[in-house]
Amino acid sequence: MTAANGAVLSATVRRRVSPEFTLDVSFQAPAGFTIVFGESGSGKSTLLRMVAGLATPDAGLVTVGARTLFNSVAGTNAPPADRRIGYVFQGLALFPHLSIAGNLEYGLAHLAPAERVARTRAIAESFRIAHVLARRPDAISGGERQRAALARSLVTDPAVLLLDEPLTALDHASASRIIDDLRVWNTSHRIPILYVTHAHREVFALGERVIVLERGRLVASGTPYEVLEYPSSEPLAQIAGFENVFSAVIVERRPDAGTMLCRLASGDSDGHGARPADDIHIEAPLARGEVGTHVRLAIRAGDVLVANDQPRGLSARNILTGRIASLTREGPTVHAAVDAGVRFSVDLTPGARDALRLAPGDPVWLIVKTHSFRIVS
Amino acid sequence: MMDWPAVALSVRLAAIVSAILLLVALPMAHWLTFARRRWTFLVEAVVALPLVLPPTVLGFYVLLAIGSRSPIGRLWTAWTGHGLAFTFEALVLASILYSLPFAVQPISAAFARIDRSLLEASATLGASPWRTFVRITLPLSIDGIVAGAVLSFAHTLGEFGVVLMVGGNLPGVTRTISIAIYDQVQGLQYGAANETALALLAFSFLVLALVYALMRKPWSVAPL
Repeated sequence: MTAANGAVLSATVRRRVSPEFTLDVSFQAPAGFTIVFGESGSGKSTLLRMVAGLATPDAGLVTVGARTLFNSVAGTNAPPADRRIGYVFQGLALFPHLSIAGNLEYGLAHLAPAERVARTRAIAESFRIAHVLARRPDAISGGERQRAALARSLVTDPAVLLLDEPLTALDHASASRIIDDLRVWNTSHRIPILYVTHAHREVFALGERVIVLERGRLVASGTPYEVLEYPSSEPLAQIAGFENVFSAVIVERRPDAGTMLCRLASGDSDGHGARPADDIHIEAPLARGEVGTHVRLAIRAGDVLVANDQPRGLSARNILTGRIASLTREGPTVHAAVDAGVRFSVDLTPGARDALRLAPGDPVWLIVKTHSFRIVS
Repeated sequence: MMDWPAVALSVRLAAIVSAILLLVALPMAHWLTFARRRWTFLVEAVVALPLVLPPTVLGFYVLLAIGSRSPIGRLWTAWTGHGLAFTFEALVLASILYSLPFAVQPISAAFARIDRSLLEASATLGASPWRTFVRITLPLSIDGIVAGAVLSFAHTLGEFGVVLMVGGNLPGVTRTISIAIYDQVQGLQYGAANETALALLAFSFLVLALVYALMRKPWSVAPL
């Protein structure tokens, strides 16, 4: 549409939010979805606010294509109204005293009335809210409100779109339908979209790129696969779906095999255990650190195999004995908690549970491939 | 019997004062609510002073400030040819100061209740601060603005001490309802005093009832 569309958003910002918390982040976002991922309090919203001009960095540079929005050295600080940045707030911030049509037209005051109405119509149709245009925000459904907030920020033809956890209040199906509509919209507009979330399913659903914030720092960036498959830190491992994280000590390094032997440290996890965890040895991928170094081992619940008989002739290097503490079904997955000196979370299918006739109290063997373990800092 | 000129004078005074107060209180409340500086509390304290000061104290200082030897009084005399003290204009000035908190506080409270993200959303949609104020802030705080206008009207209508100090008791110029009642009691005309007092009581009640009915949120804006 306009020249600015397709332009890359580039931001380097630093702001001391409190004596204990400084946000210090530098990233680029080309056209398409960039997920901003992190736990609450990691600085995601503050980052968005600084890009939009609602908060002022202590130092930094924010540009969209050739336009400079903020430059602490040159003293440039464009007001939010001049930035052409669409912002969908966590609480949506629809104007309660205006109809949905009034909300959508709000940002089009500079246009002729006919054009204003035409644009409002068009965006309302592409986001499927044309039937609620005459109503107030409190008289429509939650999903329609989300769509209205999205449409309101897009109808002004922004150069960048910022979404601050806009879909957290919705069920999965409604959220994915809205995401699909947004995707369709963006195939014809191609602007950078920053999407803040702490739900890792959304990272994979949307993700072209993801940047991960942790306590105000950018700790990882890349494709969702790169970032979440090889998490670099324990908080990241947890949000990336590595349910099992154990403390361990390196007892032997085997550089020729590319592995190392670790002993699980006792007093770990939640302290359940038929025997001291000190006896449990794990072969894990070789990582930096001398013998005696403490490390954290992470593994996904879905990467642990269960057997109800002693396995023989397997290539897997880690076979642990344990006892099933509990089995709970959640949709297509059965979550098993297994005491094997430390508490393992294991996911299996209902079919596997039935075939093995697993029940709480049963002795089982856990099988884990060496390279299913991740060493996280 | 009712002192109708006093009633007319009081209503005229209250209407002028509450109209001017709206113009003064809107930007003042906006500044107090949104532009919080380290010394904002000092301004808040000054605005609230009339709530605790005896009207005679306020009236005394206003009288000094507008007296013929004060800069304000001399300026006024040079401009109009007569003194400011004991005139209707002096009453207006004193009443604005005296009723200021009754206009500023409900408006400020209404501004503070507005969800900040609405104002931020307005800015990200390209609206100037003025447009945000007119299209979002004003309509969403209309109950507080009505309350501020009505309360300052009612409060001005019933004032006594300040009026007596700066206006005196000149029929048709500075004799308001409450002064008339005082006069009637001094002259032992209890029947007439009762008639006027009852009219003021009924009117005040009606005004407050109207405000709270309009807002329908019990005690969302207390008179103080």
